[in-house]
Amino acid sequence: MIALTNLAKSFQGLPVLAGVDLEVPKGSFTVLIGPSGCGKSTLLDVITGVCPRDAGELSWEGRPRQDLRDAAAYMQQNDLLLPWRSLLDNALLPAEVAGRDLPAARRKAGELLVRMGLAGFEGHRPHMVSGGMRQRCALVRTLMFERPIILLDEPFASLDAITRRRLHRLLLLLPTDFGRTILMITHDIEEALMLADQLLVASPSPMRVRGRWRLAQPKPRRPEDPELLRIRGEVLALLEDAEGGA
Amino acid sequence: MRGPLATLAGLVLLAALAWELPVRLLGTPAYILPAPSRILGVALGRWDLLAPHAAVTLLEIVAGLALALGVAVPLALLMFARPAVERLLSPVLVASQAVPVFAVAPLLVVWFGYGLASKVVMAAVIIFFPLTVSLLQGYKSCAPAYRVLFRLMGAGFWATWRRLYWPWALPYFFGGLKVGVSVATIGAVIGEWVGAQQGLGFVMIQANARLRVDLVFAAILWLSAMGLALWGLVGWLERRVCAWRMPEVGGAE
Ligand SMILES: Nc1ncnc2c1ncn2[C@@H]1O[C@H](COP(=O)(O)OP(=O)(O)OP(=O)(O)O)[C@@H](O)[C@H]1O
Ligand SMILES: [Mg+2]
Repeated sequence: MIALTNLAKSFQGLPVLAGVDLEVPKGSFTVLIGPSGCGKSTLLDVITGVCPRDAGELSWEGRPRQDLRDAAAYMQQNDLLLPWRSLLDNALLPAEVAGRDLPAARRKAGELLVRMGLAGFEGHRPHMVSGGMRQRCALVRTLMFERPIILLDEPFASLDAITRRRLHRLLLLLPTDFGRTILMITHDIEEALMLADQLLVASPSPMRVRGRWRLAQPKPRRPEDPELLRIRGEVLALLEDAEGGA
Repeated sequence: MRGPLATLAGLVLLAALAWELPVRLLGTPAYILPAPSRILGVALGRWDLLAPHAAVTLLEIVAGLALALGVAVPLALLMFARPAVERLLSPVLVASQAVPVFAVAPLLVVWFGYGLASKVVMAAVIIFFPLTVSLLQGYKSCAPAYRVLFRLMGAGFWATWRRLYWPWALPYFFGGLKVGVSVATIGAVIGEWVGAQQGLGFVMIQANARLRVDLVFAAILWLSAMGLALWGLVGWLERRVCAWRMPEVGGAE
């Protein structure tokens, strides 16, 4: 389990995280939803040590940690693909850096790219494919970290609804496939309802966790499930209330 | 590619005409200003004389380039990896550029002799600065977000250098190399002027003393051709190595 208690962070005296408490159970899919600019990316940056926190506790599997840099694979909001590498070679980067067996990694990355709908584009360089394709490649690269925790910052932001749904199905296979603990950020409430075991709603900046739901419905889920619709209403009410209060 | 080359050829032809005609009409003596046709004639006709000297100058330039690379690549890396070294060295580097190369040429001949070595060092001294500066600038221009990505992967400095900093800096490196090879001829020739028994600079000094202005011009023509060829070679290498920077014609974006 990842546990954050009272995590705080300010930039130039301006608070962005104002005491964030949250728990991500091991093997669970937790989705954090919140208004734009509320500090979601900053939260993941702090968790991974990209920037240090000002205060608060962070622990993984019961042990306090400075950050989760070596335990987590972090897909940032920006795809950050290397322009001189093909999609396949970009996906291979973590395996290369970690010094893992390359032929095996190449097979795995190739297979993941195909499952992401990128068959035939493995040899293309990033500037030759669309933003959504780059994002999917960045997702494959994130999976290639082979770390127990996956942090995803709006991984499907530039995808059409159909591709998005296909990737949701794919992502749903991951926790059982890989035994992974996932914390994902999104703006999209439908997406959150389809994927989350635990759904968290963030307040506007400075950020706190304002609401939490456990979703036990088996996946894949039907959007018209009455229980999901009820939760959807509650989440929307909280988000709108939050915006009104800002 | 065809467009600019054709334009250049046209301009050169036009300039040659604008030079040829007055020289012929006024009957200017060849020991003051020879006509382009005559220079071309000498440049091609005295191939036997010029080619061996050109080979020497080319060797000096290429060796100078290798020497400059041998110093610039590690130095730029050191300055990048250790900001303290950069703070210490960059004023020295900038100040060194204020020293006119002509002024040190005689000293280099004293230290390294009349042979190849002094010219190689001379060329290297000139090439080394644009190479170091552009390489360092290339390293430093690497977007911080990418460095974060490599840190998250657990990559050490060398792993990051190989996969991120070096490829990132390559276009800058080639920019510096292009400047370097185009000024390298200057270094070699100055070295030869000060004291040499071979090389195009030596030919120029000898020809000048005998009022063979056509031969001087012919040597200049050879030098320019060599500079251009080197420049073209570097450009060709750059297009091969940094192909990812050049979007394919008709491709996306
Ligand atoms: N490095 C930084 N320096 C200064 N301010 C920052 C920095 N990073 C983020 N901020 C500020 O922190 C606040 C939250 O930014 P953050 O990127 O975490 O928001 P977000 O919730 O991820 O937004 P979005 O949904 O648009 O991605 C913003 O007001 C932003 O200006
Ligand atoms: Mg964000």
